[in-house]
Amino acid sequence: MASDIFAQINTYGRRMRGQSRSAASGPGFGHLRALEAESLAILREAGANFRRPVALYSIGKDSTVLLHLALKAFWPEKPPFPFLHIDSLWEFKDMAPFRDALAEALGVEMRVHVNEDGRRQGISPFVHGSAQFTEVMRTQGLLQALAKGGYDAAFGGARRDEERSRAKERIFSVRNPQQGWDPRRQRPELWRLYNPRLAPGETMRVFPLSNWTEADIWLYIAQEQIPVVPLYFAAPRPVVERDGTLLMVDDDRMPLRAGESPQEEMVRFRTLGCYPLTGGVRSTATTLEAVVEEMLTIRTSERSGRLIDFDDAASMEKKKREGYF
Amino acid sequence: MSGRRINLGAPAALGANGVLRFTTCGAVDDGKSTLLGRLIVDAGAVYEDHLAAVAKASVARRPQGEGLDYSLLFDGLEAEREQGITIDVAYRFFTTANRKYIVADAPGHEDHTRNMATAASNADLCILLVDAAKGISPQTLRHMRIAALVGVQHAVIAVNKMDLVGFDETVFARLAQDMSQRCAALRFVSITTIPLCATSGDNVVHRSPSTPWHKGPTLFEHLEQVDGADVALAAPFRLPVQLVARTAEGGRLYQGRIASGRIQPGDEIRIPHGNRTARVARLMSIDGDLPEALAGDSVAVALDAELDIARGDLLCGQGPSPLLTTALKVDLIGFSEHGVVKGRRYLLQCGAKTVTAHVKAFGPRERFDPTQTPPTSDPSADLGLNEIGEATLACVEPLAFDAFSDNRFTGSFILVDRATADTVAAGVLRGAAIEGQGVTQQAMAVTKASRVAMHGHKPAILWFTGLSGAGKSTIADLVEQKLHARGAHTYNLDGDNLRLGLMSDLGFSPADRVENIRRAGEVAKLFVDAGLIVTCSFISPYAAERDAVRDLVAPGEFFEIYVDTPLEVCAARDPKGLYRRAYSGEIKGFTGVDAPYEAPQAPELVLSSATQTADILADAVIQRLLDAGVIF
Repeated sequence: MASDIFAQINTYGRRMRGQSRSAASGPGFGHLRALEAESLAILREAGANFRRPVALYSIGKDSTVLLHLALKAFWPEKPPFPFLHIDSLWEFKDMAPFRDALAEALGVEMRVHVNEDGRRQGISPFVHGSAQFTEVMRTQGLLQALAKGGYDAAFGGARRDEERSRAKERIFSVRNPQQGWDPRRQRPELWRLYNPRLAPGETMRVFPLSNWTEADIWLYIAQEQIPVVPLYFAAPRPVVERDGTLLMVDDDRMPLRAGESPQEEMVRFRTLGCYPLTGGVRSTATTLEAVVEEMLTIRTSERSGRLIDFDDAASMEKKKREGYF
Repeated sequence: MSGRRINLGAPAALGANGVLRFTTCGAVDDGKSTLLGRLIVDAGAVYEDHLAAVAKASVARRPQGEGLDYSLLFDGLEAEREQGITIDVAYRFFTTANRKYIVADAPGHEDHTRNMATAASNADLCILLVDAAKGISPQTLRHMRIAALVGVQHAVIAVNKMDLVGFDETVFARLAQDMSQRCAALRFVSITTIPLCATSGDNVVHRSPSTPWHKGPTLFEHLEQVDGADVALAAPFRLPVQLVARTAEGGRLYQGRIASGRIQPGDEIRIPHGNRTARVARLMSIDGDLPEALAGDSVAVALDAELDIARGDLLCGQGPSPLLTTALKVDLIGFSEHGVVKGRRYLLQCGAKTVTAHVKAFGPRERFDPTQTPPTSDPSADLGLNEIGEATLACVEPLAFDAFSDNRFTGSFILVDRATADTVAAGVLRGAAIEGQGVTQQAMAVTKASRVAMHGHKPAILWFTGLSGAGKSTIADLVEQKLHARGAHTYNLDGDNLRLGLMSDLGFSPADRVENIRRAGEVAKLFVDAGLIVTCSFISPYAAERDAVRDLVAPGEFFEIYVDTPLEVCAARDPKGLYRRAYSGEIKGFTGVDAPYEAPQAPELVLSSATQTADILADAVIQRLLDAGVIF
């Protein structure tokens, strides 16, 4: 990864720790100001109400915006919760160094959990398929980490514009003792009143970015000068086109099919996760400004690059019922 | 938003006028989802892969090829697609150069009034759908009432399916006038009427050639131009305090989201509780101090004086003061199948404040369900699901609030069940109930602490709960004897004995059982205040009521003692012959037989009278009190 991202992270860290003044100061403009205010209120409400909350951190742009908002919400104190990354062992190799550098620069507690059973079994998206891989390394990994930490609430950076079942989820969303989501038992959520109470065994998922869109996220990243993993910006990368998807050959664990040979192409990623499950897009947007520009003109949704959503028709809703974020 | 360019130097260029939230009102067949789907497609806010998925699904659902089914963009959940209805609120977003839109698509199905209320509670505007061919549906009218009740400002009357009546102006005029008259009785700031056809897109975004007689705007034009300026900005300053933070220098920062008005350094701030004042010293943020903050902003406020301010307090500016009282006049919307029970203690959440409150009395009510059956006129009956009714609430401590008509966010609340944690009702505050005004707590010179010092032990409530015949009274009696022998000051409250006097007006209905325990709890609290150890034997089948008694006294003063005796053992003992009569049907609503008993989740002590003698169990209670330091 380019060294200038680490310089950028350090500058950002000094700013967020009050050691230097921000260039982007004051409240934002227009709708971003309203979105930020709502998210800060949600974070504060959750921070005030839960005994052992945790914030899920995926290293992606939404999580990184969530981390930024958490720092703002509780400033001058630190967020009253740790951040938790569920490492699937198959993420793009540039992601973990970004996570570690950011956590250190900001002085926040970053916990990392791996499903060790899955590691021992050598669960791989190429061998076991995306459905089983996601179930073991993401869903089970998450459930293990939540149980181990004894967390009563977990924040996530999910947005309602991502997918249709997410569009219906409450901001404070109750999970049953099995961590499952029951869409029929959602609590009414009126005005700015979030019911944080839990019956025995229940836990809460809290989604402070519910009302943000992908474009809002990028506009806010630009306004606030938040560093993001460079994979979001176009660069020449080794890719193969498989089943209509551009996959990056990020390490030598990726078995190439007959006739496939990696080509250097200018691509970027709209979402980040496991490299075998994340399709890139051909793009020339090498700067933040160009990415924002692209966002405002693009005609396909970001989840079109996420392979797990295509497993079957209502796959996200099923995963959420089973405990997936 | 296709093809739009923005200048990063001025992000205000996109969505500069903030956010407009709107929702739709109408029945399943009025075409709500189709209208919203058409609106966002024609406004260019749908991604192509979503559209492609919808096209594929449209073919599956309508093999005859009637074209795109726009409602599929909104009907999200698997269960809903099977039923072909929207059962929950779906949120959609689109942004124009003017503003960002948050669309809450509310359910059309009657069972889901609570979701309609959820969608409307944050909406600035509602679209009231009328089917031009079928006329006004009862569901549209019910939703219109809910929208007005929860504070929606602007109403749009959308007469849909105009193609079915040949775009006839007289049909539109008649329906528009009828609806306008119904709306006029409610508190909308503006009412606009539009003839349209969602399936073909007429007057949705683009002007229809079929309605040359329509001089008003299209739906989209109206959404772009309606005055979204928040009325909250003009109201007096209110900030519910969510958190109190410490600065590095040790000063206090009050964090919260401004409910109304504006604030700048130097402004005077009042706290209704205790009527204290201070001035704003700074508005602080991670990016530096702010010169001003407005309604809707999340802020951190430093004051020039150290006041004892905690989460839940309301910071107020110049102008009219909020009300401060324990007796509230409210309108409630019932969300629970189990009803809102008169006398039961709920948690009332208003702003960042949570207090314990119960319904003292219900007033007139309406019911919003498909059967159209009129609600009960019995003022003591529970407020059921989908019912809207007036009520008087009593809080255990004074609540600072505004009338809902003055302030949407400091005048609204929810009621939460303590045991299930469910939101059982939402409400809007109308004002103070007269009887509660002016009654404040009298401070006494001889305090609980001084009584404790004199007695030589701490006060406590020993609350024995369990089935009839479990052995509660027998054990409680022995415990009292043992305490008395140690020189402790005691009193025994027995459920059966109290029912002969203080509770003689109460029966065994759920509402009466709630009131029974409420009174017993209040009496026990008085004895605790007097410094006594009170033994209480009540079946007390509901966890919520036992928890409410626990909350009446200080932490550590309430001991929930679960006399856990199996039903078969109790029924075999049957000391009063009650089980025999219950099983024969002579007595109805008998706990354990045909009425529920909610076992304690985390009692201080569990006693098993099926396996131990009462004397041994009484000793266990004494030991527990020694361990807790109540007696020594």
